[in-house]
Amino acid sequence: MNPNSLVSIADITKDEILSLLERARYFEEHPNSKILDGRVVATLFFEPSTRTRLSFETAVNRLGGRIIGFSDPGTSSSAKGETLKDTIKMVANYVDLIIMRHHLEGAARYATEVTEVPVINAGDGANQHPSQTMLDLYSIYKTQGRLTDLTITMVGDLKYGRTVHSLLMAMKYFKPKFNFVASKELAMPQEYKDFCDAEGIEYTETTDFSPEVINSSDIIYMTRVQRERFTDPMEYERVKDLYTLHNAMLDDSKPNLRILHPLPRVNEIDIDVDDNPKAYYFEQARNGLFARQAIITRALGIDI
Amino acid sequence: METKKELAVAALRHGTVIDHIPSSALFKAVKILGLENCDNAVTIGCNLASKKLGTKGIIKVADKIFDSATLNRIALIAPTAVVNIINDYDVVEKHPVALPDTIVGIVRCANPKCITNNEPMSTKFDVIEREPETIIRCRYCNHAVKGSDAKIL
Repeated sequence: MNPNSLVSIADITKDEILSLLERARYFEEHPNSKILDGRVVATLFFEPSTRTRLSFETAVNRLGGRIIGFSDPGTSSSAKGETLKDTIKMVANYVDLIIMRHHLEGAARYATEVTEVPVINAGDGANQHPSQTMLDLYSIYKTQGRLTDLTITMVGDLKYGRTVHSLLMAMKYFKPKFNFVASKELAMPQEYKDFCDAEGIEYTETTDFSPEVINSSDIIYMTRVQRERFTDPMEYERVKDLYTLHNAMLDDSKPNLRILHPLPRVNEIDIDVDDNPKAYYFEQARNGLFARQAIITRALGIDI
Repeated sequence: METKKELAVAALRHGTVIDHIPSSALFKAVKILGLENCDNAVTIGCNLASKKLGTKGIIKVADKIFDSATLNRIALIAPTAVVNIINDYDVVEKHPVALPDTIVGIVRCANPKCITNNEPMSTKFDVIEREPETIIRCRYCNHAVKGSDAKIL
């Protein structure tokens, strides 16, 4: 196992998170350089994800590295029945770094155990997606000027939303206050509320996306409410519009409020919010490039 | 003064007795010890009277000493179990089982989307809570389960 691998945000310390944020800031100022000159990076996407793959590949390209890999498991040897272990050991012979996405949970952790080449987890099923968490942290840090003592409202699918769970856990170092806004079917799981209690993190929980909640927030983190998550389709029809953000709802919000969303968005943020300067979700996606450049250079042990 | 109790199962001359296993966990313990493929004389008692547990299970294996790593695996499903090493009808060693921090290869992860259920590999679980109830978590997919509910491979 290579110690520079990144499988879960829970594996790295507060200092490492802060150092990655500093790296991300450096790359925002210097997005193009040749520091990966001569390096070869594999992007192994056992599960297709265009957005994440383009972001990682852009990050490598802008730093002058070369990329091999596949974006569709149908074209890889795993379609012929090769084990993950064999695929990883084979690719590890060729490259300096493996970036992988897999539909099975724990795949990236297992990959780190079978190779000395560093591995970056670009998503393993519903489990972990640490580069998303880093770009969320960087977006919060950049827009608020700090990570400490912020009120963060999470809205939508808090039950299955991997991004909100990882963000919640990563924020434990920074004394946040959370508001959890979701229907009963998609409420924040008990284990994460227990986590908040254990870490002394204050939180409120409501089904109502009320003006009080909105106006007290520094960050509103919207997530997509997916129809297939509901056992009862009537329940979906009833709640789908309750957690949609409209521009008028932001009239009395704090001036420093920013709206985040991991994208893709469907209808949970009305397009009339897009022109509001508090809308930040497109810039947030752009920050993903810098956060991933930071993660890649750390994984390769490159000082900047 | 209590008279000497009747032995529910025959005494052992040499070997290992594992006592105070909850009845509900007895056959899981049999499986963990691999007794299905053991050629030694094995006595298994189930639903025997127990002051501590109400009813208990007991396993006696003649002429066999298990290594402590194997015995400690039982702690996952039977934390109350006590191991007695018998030599010439005397108990020469007696100790409770001790749950290790990591459990390798005996529990199946309940998450069908976990990599361990889809690759030829050993499972690994970390013990995250010991009291009041054992809880273990898959090293790979982070799925947590109570020790008493763990599916034994």
